[in-house]
Amino acid sequence: MSGGLLEVEDLHVWFDLPQRRELHAVQGVSFSVDRGERLGLVGESGSGKTTTILALMGLLPPTAAVAGRVLLDGEDVLARGERTVAPHRWKDVAMVFQGAMNAFNPVRRVGEQLVEPMELHGVASGTQAMRRAGELLERVGIPAARLRSYPHEFSGGMRQRAAIAMALACRPKLLLADEPTTALDVMVQAQILQLLIALADDFGLGLVLVTHDLPVVAQTCTAAAVMYAGEIVETGPMDALYHEPRHPYTRLLFAATPDLESRDVVVSIPGNPPRLDEGISGCPFRPRCDSAVERCGLERPGLRRVGGAHEAACHVAEQVPA
Amino acid sequence: MSAAAADSPAPLLEVDGLVVRYPVQRGLTGALLRRPRQHVHAVSGVSFTVSRGEMVALVGESGCGKTTTAQAVLRLVRPESGDVRFDGIDVTGLGPRELRRLRRRMQIIYQDPYESLDPRFRVEQTVAEALVVHREGARESRRLRVVEALELAGLSPAELYLDRYPHELSGGQRQRVAIAASLALGPDLLVADEPVSMLDVSVRAGILTILDELRDRGLAVLMITHDLSTAARFADRICVMYLGRIVEEGPAAQVIEAPQHPYTKALLSVVPRRDPRRRVKPQILRGETPNPIAVPPGCRFHPRCPAAVEDCRTIDPELRAPAGAASAGHRAACILLGR
Amino acid sequence: MTALEPAVGAPAAPRRPGRLRRLLESPVLTSRQSLAGLVILGIVVLAALTAPLFVHGDVQAKVGPVFAPPSHRFWLGTDGGGADMAKLLLMGARVSLLVGFASAAVSVLIGGTVGILSGFFGGKVDIVLMRITDYVLVLPDIPLMIVVAALFGRSLTNIIVIIGVIYWTSTARLLRAQVKSVRERVYVQRARALGAGNARLIFRHVLPQVTPLLVANTVLFVAYAIFAETFISFLGLGDPSIVSWGRLIQNAFTDDAILNNAWWAIVPPGVAVVVVVVACTMVGQAMEDAFNPRLRSGHLSTRRFRLRPVPAREPR
Repeated sequence: MSGGLLEVEDLHVWFDLPQRRELHAVQGVSFSVDRGERLGLVGESGSGKTTTILALMGLLPPTAAVAGRVLLDGEDVLARGERTVAPHRWKDVAMVFQGAMNAFNPVRRVGEQLVEPMELHGVASGTQAMRRAGELLERVGIPAARLRSYPHEFSGGMRQRAAIAMALACRPKLLLADEPTTALDVMVQAQILQLLIALADDFGLGLVLVTHDLPVVAQTCTAAAVMYAGEIVETGPMDALYHEPRHPYTRLLFAATPDLESRDVVVSIPGNPPRLDEGISGCPFRPRCDSAVERCGLERPGLRRVGGAHEAACHVAEQVPA
Repeated sequence: MSAAAADSPAPLLEVDGLVVRYPVQRGLTGALLRRPRQHVHAVSGVSFTVSRGEMVALVGESGCGKTTTAQAVLRLVRPESGDVRFDGIDVTGLGPRELRRLRRRMQIIYQDPYESLDPRFRVEQTVAEALVVHREGARESRRLRVVEALELAGLSPAELYLDRYPHELSGGQRQRVAIAASLALGPDLLVADEPVSMLDVSVRAGILTILDELRDRGLAVLMITHDLSTAARFADRICVMYLGRIVEEGPAAQVIEAPQHPYTKALLSVVPRRDPRRRVKPQILRGETPNPIAVPPGCRFHPRCPAAVEDCRTIDPELRAPAGAASAGHRAACILLGR
Repeated sequence: MTALEPAVGAPAAPRRPGRLRRLLESPVLTSRQSLAGLVILGIVVLAALTAPLFVHGDVQAKVGPVFAPPSHRFWLGTDGGGADMAKLLLMGARVSLLVGFASAAVSVLIGGTVGILSGFFGGKVDIVLMRITDYVLVLPDIPLMIVVAALFGRSLTNIIVIIGVIYWTSTARLLRAQVKSVRERVYVQRARALGAGNARLIFRHVLPQVTPLLVANTVLFVAYAIFAETFISFLGLGDPSIVSWGRLIQNAFTDDAILNNAWWAIVPPGVAVVVVVVACTMVGQAMEDAFNPRLRSGHLSTRRFRLRPVPAREPR
């Protein structure tokens, strides 16, 4: 079933806990991303979204165990763990981290740090690499002369753009961005998001944008997957998710987000997400759901098609009002 | 939005021409070479009022001076000049004893719920601390007030929470404990510094609703936030700050729907909307906010302003109401107003 | 409260293990290294405490031939004066441990106070206290001890005070750094905004946070103090009327134990000092590792994540 750029099939991640317990952080996540497509991975803290994309690059600690398939252009990069995923890191799939402002070594110049992945992966070296680094900086809106600057001489927004440039150093096909704008001002956020969209379009990159900020996803991505308690509870085109949400969590999450142009009352979702170190019976969202029926406590729902490319993991998905 | 604000008498908090600046270290070489001393101009002349039963939002990007303003109001920072009057009393000149008494009437809630509670204090101790510090009441009466404060903050039944440690609570619950702790003494003014920015989206509304209700009960609330959407939905009035000044202020609905200052307009255009069909053309300003050490001459916004004209380089505009403004109290600091 | 949703979500019933369980699970007891150290220290302390039960009369009196090798009667032989080495060792434990703990107490008291005041108040107080710390740091310890011994006599109290007074500087520095960081924490600022005074801030909020590190530091200091006492006595600056391990080593040297091939006169006290110092260090380091988050280095591991087969889907 190889086709798109990225196909994730039934990904699971467990973390070791003291006293031989485990945290089931990602519970059977599947999604796909095509070239030029921008997918938003939305969820709150503890939903497993960051762990999911870390797993795509094999950046998990020794306390983690992974199951499932991650197909990059048809090849399963998790097949043999570190050995199969390492060659793809940065060359085929690169990541912009949360707090990328701190991803730079403070005692080395920015240019050197951009060149480093190129040389490590044999993509370019020496003056040619430095020239490419300069082009990358220009592409993200920083004058090439700044190659000689140190990270602390950049503002927060510039460092984030430089981090994006660094991620693009080896011309990856897939870019993963973990909360790239969370710590930034709204104006700088707009710049960065605009940049990411332009890069995805120009280079035909696939983009996975992980964030808790629904409006950011609404304006930046073509499609989104909403995660809750380690699994995807709804996925589909952005328009469908907002105008015809089929999972109560999606609907409630939008309702809990204040909007500049809306007079709607903003309402919290009562309760807390379930613990992931214990087994969950039935639907994980049931305790907080306003539309739960008896079946929800007994049977865990799987993702079901509810529209074009629109899927939701809910027993009452048909009845949820648009 | 509260109706009480319309007929309230003199405002509870009056800030007039507040200036706060920090000297930048020159170092030995600088001092020897007699380089001119530079300052970080955190707040450069800010004036606003907050009345009982009113929620005012100080909105702006990082470095605009909103947090410093809040700290100056609470006298946690020494202002260089300007007045801060609380219920008619000049706060800036108070001695330590009177300041302590005043502190009971103004309280602050911080941004980080994970750090604002002492991890070794149980909830009851944290909430009662204000009472203990100001020697109010005996243990039994204190416990009653603690329970009352917890209930006001939405932690009900309060008895369940008294013995908990912070690490046993979620972020939203911790923030509610912090709110309860500031309510224990029954303050008149609550300063909330980014009260929900570190909380999950699904819990934010609950916290903001508490502030909303407290405002309805007559509390004055000064909210510091960078999130325009939150300010639009919950605040009565919005003051937009840029580089240490208020560039636009007015009733929330008007500032959002009919912004007058180019900065406000640009800011509103880049705030993402929930609805993917609502594509507003973002007015992304060139460059970044300049360093508060080197404030541009004339209008401090002019280097980035899409509507700047020649005069903007020399004239530093005051806040004024545009002719024919929808209501008094909506002012902006721009010479192009109403043109 | 109508606008508020009813269930904020009552906190989970506390899974707080009982006091005993928490103690047993504390890092001090769970690390094997620390446990070993504690056991050794326990034995030594027990020996020191029960020593008077086994030793009667003047322990230095001649009870056998000079430098008699270990035998059934004298488990560790005799020293240059014909006294029972084993009993000397036991009594020496009392002194060495006493000096160790007492001077650790003095040092931590001085260093702790300086560090806390310096870190909390900053500004001029900080500058003055740190200058003083720097001067004390620079003082050469051995010449100072010689001078003090000459001026004030060689008593045990003097030794305890000297060790405490010379070596408090590292505690002060450590605590100052910790206190500075705790002082900036939001809950301390919040307490100040409430109107809490400095005393309350220090004792109720700052001190509880730095105490664990202080305790770890104290344990490590005990190790150093015992060692310090040993070499002070060895140099002949110790209290002549008291038997300590250092004294025993010094005696062995002055009595030419080596020439007489009497290893049992030198080695046991030396080994005893080493064992106690190592034991304290093991316990102290385990505590420090647990309390000082900067020492964590898990991210430097070369091990990687593991693979597993996909779990079977739950039946629908």
